[in-house]
Amino acid sequence: MKHLHAINKKAARIEAQVAAEKEDIVALQNRPAAPQPHVPMGCSIVFSPGWEVDSAGGTAGLCQPVERDIYDCYVTCFWPAQVPDHLNNYPDWTSKCALATKDWRNVDIVFP
Amino acid sequence: MTLSLSGVHTFHGVDVDFAYLVPSGGIVALDGISMAVLKKLEQTSLTKEALVEQMVISGYSAEAAAESIDELESVRAIQVGASIYEPSQPLPDEFPLQSIVLNVTNQCNLSCSYCYEFGEDKIATPEGKKKFMDMETAKASVDYLFNESGDRASVHITFFGGETLMNFPLMKQVVAYARQEAEERGRNVEFSLTTNATLLSTTIVEFLAENGVGVTVSMDGTKEMQDKFRIFANGNGSYDIIRPKVQELIAKHTNRPVGARVTMTSGAMDVRKIYQHLKHELGFHEVAFAPVTTSPDRLYSIGEPGMDSVLRQFSELADEYLEHALRGEHHGFSNVSDTLAELHQGVNKALPCGAGLGMVGVGPSGDIAPCHRFVDSDEHVMGHITTGIDKEKRADFLGRGNIDTKYDCHTCWARPLCAGGCHHEAYVRYGDTGHANLHYCDWIRSWTNKCLEIYGAIAEKNPSFLQHFAERKAA
Repeated sequence: MKHLHAINKKAARIEAQVAAEKEDIVALQNRPAAPQPHVPMGCSIVFSPGWEVDSAGGTAGLCQPVERDIYDCYVTCFWPAQVPDHLNNYPDWTSKCALATKDWRNVDIVFP
Repeated sequence: MTLSLSGVHTFHGVDVDFAYLVPSGGIVALDGISMAVLKKLEQTSLTKEALVEQMVISGYSAEAAAESIDELESVRAIQVGASIYEPSQPLPDEFPLQSIVLNVTNQCNLSCSYCYEFGEDKIATPEGKKKFMDMETAKASVDYLFNESGDRASVHITFFGGETLMNFPLMKQVVAYARQEAEERGRNVEFSLTTNATLLSTTIVEFLAENGVGVTVSMDGTKEMQDKFRIFANGNGSYDIIRPKVQELIAKHTNRPVGARVTMTSGAMDVRKIYQHLKHELGFHEVAFAPVTTSPDRLYSIGEPGMDSVLRQFSELADEYLEHALRGEHHGFSNVSDTLAELHQGVNKALPCGAGLGMVGVGPSGDIAPCHRFVDSDEHVMGHITTGIDKEKRADFLGRGNIDTKYDCHTCWARPLCAGGCHHEAYVRYGDTGHANLHYCDWIRSWTNKCLEIYGAIAEKNPSFLQHFAERKAA
C-alpha cells in the first residue's frame, strides 16, 4: 500500500491479505519475488478436470489464470474469455476428457 | 451510495498520524491525504467522486485521493454505506486449556478491608466447603489441565488464595507432581504465585527461585498506604513484616521478574509515589496497578474525581515509560507494557479475558469456576475437577460475556481491547457477569488512547523496541 503503512502485526496480516487478493489474478511471471502459496479465490480448490500445462510441462508459461481450475470455470462459471463457450458453440469441448489428470491432452485448443 | 467511516480511531504519535482499525485491531500509519480523507468523513459521508473533489480542493491530486480512498476501503477504515456492527467470529467448539488457577486455600492471614473474597462485596460462599485444597484435588486438577490442553506445548499453573502460602506444603507437592507429569507427557509446565508476602521465609524464597516460580506480591505502596487497608485481623498493618521478606525475595529470586500488584483505593492513589517506592526503593521488576473492585459507595472506593487524578498520573508515568522505551530501556509500569503487547499483536477480543476459555479457576473443594475471582461462589460454579466442565454453564457464561451481546460496546472504538471489561467487576457492580462495565468507559478510552499514542511514538522513533512484544503472549 502506498498511503497506509502497517504498524502492528494485525495490520501486516491485513496488508498481506489485501495484496494477496489483488495479486491473485496476475500472470505467473509477474508474481512478486517471495514465493507465496497460490490459493484460488472464489473457485474450486479441489483438483478437478481441466488442469493445463505449458510446453515444458509446468504452469509458468501459461497465461493468467489458467493454472486455476479451468474446468470449473467452464462448467459452473461462464467465463468466455478463458474457456470455450460450452452452451452454444463448443458443447463437446470436454467430452473426451472425463478424467483430467489422465486425459487432459484431449481438451483441445479452440480457434473461434 | 456514500462512503462513511467504519470503526476507526485516529491518533497522533510524534510527527505521524495513525489509525486504529476497530473491526480488526490493526494499526496503520497514515500519510497526509489519508488523514485528510478520514477527517473529512468524520464530518460527513460523501460519494467517492465528491470526496475526491474535496481532496482536490484541499490541494491533493485526484489520482492520489482515489488511491488513498481505495486503500482505506481495503483495510476497512471506511466503507460504502453506513457502518454496521460486525458480529465476532463464533467461538470454536473446543478451546484447549492453557492455564489453571489453583486456589489452594480460601483462608487468609490478612483482613484487607477491600478484599473481593472476604470484604463487603464478596460473592464467595465458602460455608461448609473445604478450607484447604488436598493433594488428591490438586493432582486431579493437574491431570485435568494436561488432558484438556490439547496439543499446547506449554501449560501454566498459578497458585492463588486466600493467602497462597498458608498451603505451601501442597504447592511444593504440586510443583513436583506437575513437573513429573510434564516430563512423562513430553510437555512443558510453568508456575506462578500470588502472595501477600507475609509468610515468605528463606526456605520458601529458595524454593521459588530454584523452581523458577513467577511471583507477584500484592502490595499497595509505602508503609502509610500499605497499612491503611492491608491489615491483620487485629488491625495492625503488614508493611513492616513484609518489607524485609520482599527484599530478600527480590535479591535471591533473579531468574524470573518479581512483580508488585497494587490495588488502588481511596487510601492509595498516588501512582508516582507508589511506583517510585515499589520499583526504586524495594526493587520490584514491574508494578501493575488496578483500581479496587467495589460497589461505588464503599469508603475505599476511588470515585470519579479520584479516577481522573489516577488517569493523569498514569499518563505521566506512561510518558516516563516512553522516554525509557525511546532509549531502549526497560520500564516497570506493566499497565503500559501489557497494553502495548496487546496493541502490537492487534488483539480483537470477543471476550474480555480468558476466563472459562483457556483458563479456569479451581477452589479448594475442586469446584471449577471461570476464574480465581469466582472460586467458591455457588452461583458461578461451572463443574467439578473430577467430572469436568459443565458445557451448558460455560456456554451461558461465555455467551453473556461476549461482546456481541454488549450492545453498548458496539459503537465504542476501544472494544477490541476492553470487550466490556472484567466479568467479576461487572457482577459486583451490576449483578450480571455479562453487563458492560459502563462506569469506566471514558477512563478506558482515555487510557487506551494514551497507550496508542505511546505505541505510535515508539513505532516512529524506536521501532526495534517493539520486538520485545513480538513473541510476548497477549495477556
